[in-house]
Amino acid sequence: MKTLKIENLSKNFGTTEVLKKINLDIDEGNFLVLLGPSGCGKSTLLNIIAGLETINEGNVYIDDYNVSNVEPKDRNIAMVFQSYALYPSMNVKENMIFGLKQAKTSKEKIEEQLKKVSTFLHVDELLNRKPSQLSGGQRQRVAIGRALVREPRIFLFDEPLSNLDAKLRVEMRREIKKLHQRLKTTVVYVTHDQTEAMSLGTKIAIMNHGVIQQNDTPEIIYNKPSNTFVADFIGSPSMNLISGQLVKNANNTLFIPKGSNQSNNIPIKNYNFAKPLDETGKDVYFGIRPEHIHYKKTNNTDFEVNLMTDLKEYIGHEQIITFNYFEQEVLGKFPSTEKIETNKEIKLFFDLSQISIFDKNTNQRI
Amino acid sequence: MSANISTASYKQLEQKSKVTNMLLRWFLYSVLILFASYFIFPLYVMIVTSLKTMPEIRQGNLITWPSQLNFKPWAVAWGGRGYGAGDTFLRPYFWNSIKMVVPAVVASTFIGAMTGYVLTKWRFKGDSWIFLFLLFGCFIPFQAILLPMARTLGVLGISNSILGLVVVHTVYGIPFTTLFFRNYYVSIPNELIKAARIDGAGFFKIFFKILLPISAPIIVVTVIWQFTQIWNDFLFGSTFSFGKAAPIQVALNNMVLSSTSVKEYNVDMASAIIAGIPTLIVYVLAGKYFIRGLTSGAVKG
Amino acid sequence: MAFFSDLYFIMFKWLEKNLPKVVLAPAVGLISWFVYGFILWTFYISFTNSKILPKYELWGVGQYVKLWKTHKWLIAVDNLLIFTVLFLVICIVIGIVLAIFLDQKIRAEGVLRTIYLYPMALSFIVTGTAWKWILNPTLGIQKLFIDMGFENFTFDWLVNREMAIYTIVIAGVWQSAGFVMALFLAGLRSIEDEIVKAAKIDGANLFTVYWKILIPMMRPVFFTSFVILVHISIKSYDLVVALTQGGPGISTTMPALFMTQTAFHKSQVGLSAASAMMMFMAVAAVIIPYLYSELRRENVS
Repeated sequence: MKTLKIENLSKNFGTTEVLKKINLDIDEGNFLVLLGPSGCGKSTLLNIIAGLETINEGNVYIDDYNVSNVEPKDRNIAMVFQSYALYPSMNVKENMIFGLKQAKTSKEKIEEQLKKVSTFLHVDELLNRKPSQLSGGQRQRVAIGRALVREPRIFLFDEPLSNLDAKLRVEMRREIKKLHQRLKTTVVYVTHDQTEAMSLGTKIAIMNHGVIQQNDTPEIIYNKPSNTFVADFIGSPSMNLISGQLVKNANNTLFIPKGSNQSNNIPIKNYNFAKPLDETGKDVYFGIRPEHIHYKKTNNTDFEVNLMTDLKEYIGHEQIITFNYFEQEVLGKFPSTEKIETNKEIKLFFDLSQISIFDKNTNQRI
Repeated sequence: MSANISTASYKQLEQKSKVTNMLLRWFLYSVLILFASYFIFPLYVMIVTSLKTMPEIRQGNLITWPSQLNFKPWAVAWGGRGYGAGDTFLRPYFWNSIKMVVPAVVASTFIGAMTGYVLTKWRFKGDSWIFLFLLFGCFIPFQAILLPMARTLGVLGISNSILGLVVVHTVYGIPFTTLFFRNYYVSIPNELIKAARIDGAGFFKIFFKILLPISAPIIVVTVIWQFTQIWNDFLFGSTFSFGKAAPIQVALNNMVLSSTSVKEYNVDMASAIIAGIPTLIVYVLAGKYFIRGLTSGAVKG
Repeated sequence: MAFFSDLYFIMFKWLEKNLPKVVLAPAVGLISWFVYGFILWTFYISFTNSKILPKYELWGVGQYVKLWKTHKWLIAVDNLLIFTVLFLVICIVIGIVLAIFLDQKIRAEGVLRTIYLYPMALSFIVTGTAWKWILNPTLGIQKLFIDMGFENFTFDWLVNREMAIYTIVIAGVWQSAGFVMALFLAGLRSIEDEIVKAAKIDGANLFTVYWKILIPMMRPVFFTSFVILVHISIKSYDLVVALTQGGPGISTTMPALFMTQTAFHKSQVGLSAASAMMMFMAVAAVIIPYLYSELRRENVS
């Protein structure tokens, strides 16, 4: 039984299609991140799961019950908002027990839950304060507490860290991860920050234009992106996508970079093609992450390439070098300890076990 | 917790909430329309009464429709009955008000703009106190200045004159206009001014070439507010003028109160509408700005 | 020659440096004189025995003693209290109800808002004139209800010594309730909807959302409405003059009316000044705490 199942979900706002036949499910205890740029539909999807938005087509199931038309309060969910949405005229205690009171929970149970959660989140000292008297991090913890106290089946987070400053964001991120590890709750978490998504999620669903681009574990998304959008969205700096042709002849498969004179072909061996290639040449993107370009030969799968250095960006423990590769820009990430000069042609190594190849016309991985 | 609900009772829940929703909407709209009638009622009565003849008024009641549209009361209200002395009608006083309102609005708006400009873009020590000092003028009951103002106008030789009223309205308009412009200019980034200064622009150039062109919204709000306040004033008008120099609200009140011969309610209503039309038109056309003026002035204190 | 050009140069430089303050001078000067100066003058005169013309020798608190022994003043104050309480409560209740109802995604919200607010565009004289007609003891509401079949209906509040004050409440509420509605609607709309979402997830129904969460968040708006309505009430002059002239007899007289009549009709300048100062102090008692708390809030945030 899946804790959450979304079936053929579509949603329009007027004439705009915001969600297009979404299919998704989560097992209990999983931390699913909905990741994507603004406007991709992730917040709308979250609101639909919560029952705050209506559905045009499709169904939502929680624990196999169809909750598509059920009020939020009857869905057994709780939500943490970007702006925390704490009730300003109530103090922390009243904020946290408001939902329980609405559900007519007994006084004893309310006290018990409150005590448990407030000690767990270290907000027990703050119970009498009003939200305006709390810091950003404290407010966030109270907002989480308000959700925890109801022991819901699913926790929903709507970009909860976006309002915090960078340092606090990293701290709270770790706290949320610790929470999840201890409580093993089922979470659906919306963010546009890929670092957050990668570090928090057990599964990530990347969305763009109302469609799920890929729904996998962080490792798979990182190493085997299913299309160029995912490849570009994840990773900082993002994956290099080099245009060229993929040609198969009797013995081997070769990648010919665009603009090269057939003397710098890259042999493709041990690559897991989704379907066997046909013989004709195919326009493709050759994808390789900057960190998989090595300065010295490290693996057997490394392939030597000559590149012309252009720009150097030093960012502390690493440096990012922009190369020219047959009129295309390629970025490489190296430890700052390597001495690399600009405007020089140097020898580098592509780690061919870490590449991705995409069809240029469909942008899909092949 | 709640997960054990069968699909059948889901349907029931859905049904029930649909019905209660409809009832709620019905209740909402009825109350809103009820209040709308309370607010529209006087306007309707004024218009309808102004178009009836006196016999019709006596025979019918507040809401009866006139048998035909009779504009004579309007003509009388505006231009009088034509028998010389003792005949009061609105036309000259309407123009008195125009002659009073226009200069007062222009002057108070301009002074308010410049004052707001200085207080927000040329900060100096104590400028917040000066703003408070000026703001105070918004709140005083004017009874506290009627006596000295009457004397002053007399001393200056402008009592019972339109010019005198222009002075009064300009002066007591300054706190409000300053409030509006100051609050507006506060939210205009100072970087704009700094950039202009670096480009070599001076005090007045910055005001006229940079701030003023982007001040259209607040100018509209201020002008509408001042126009409404000054056109609708009665206290200053009745205290500082009488007879020929009176503004329209004073004239209206005199006309309605005069108990010479028979009461002509239709003329009274026509007069009231005429006195109210300018501000009403402004409200209908630019109501958005009117409201903005009301709420921003109030919310900011 | 050189001396003069040096002088001009120095003057010019000083002007450049102090231009902002120079530009500020007219506003500050005018307000100092016409607001603060005048109030002090009135304050001073209230301690003299001035009758028709101001006398400048101090007389002590005699005028204040006399004031509080004057029957007409006591009635005026009494009326002011009755009016203020009713005016305040009814305006705020109507304002909140209309604002909440309008917040429910109503069709024709714009039209309704316009209808509720247009009375604010009219002068109190126009309002008073209209309601005077509507509440006319023989031809107004009374006749309307009689014509509708309620044969023994009477509505003579306007000429009834006990009830006349309530007619002023009716007209006053008609004029100002829309304003309170606009303030509360703006307040409700400024609340981010994540709070309502959180409340829905917490299981609150519509009533609870408003009662327990949104209305408590409107405290600043309550405050502002309270202050503004009290201010309008204390200054009530135009409306009373147009609707009842303080009558029947003196049963609806108000402090503002008292002040004007004592000064200009009864030639008791000192007494009038005392009454004006009482009004001033009443307003100050409400405004000063309000401004103080507003400033404190601004400094804290």
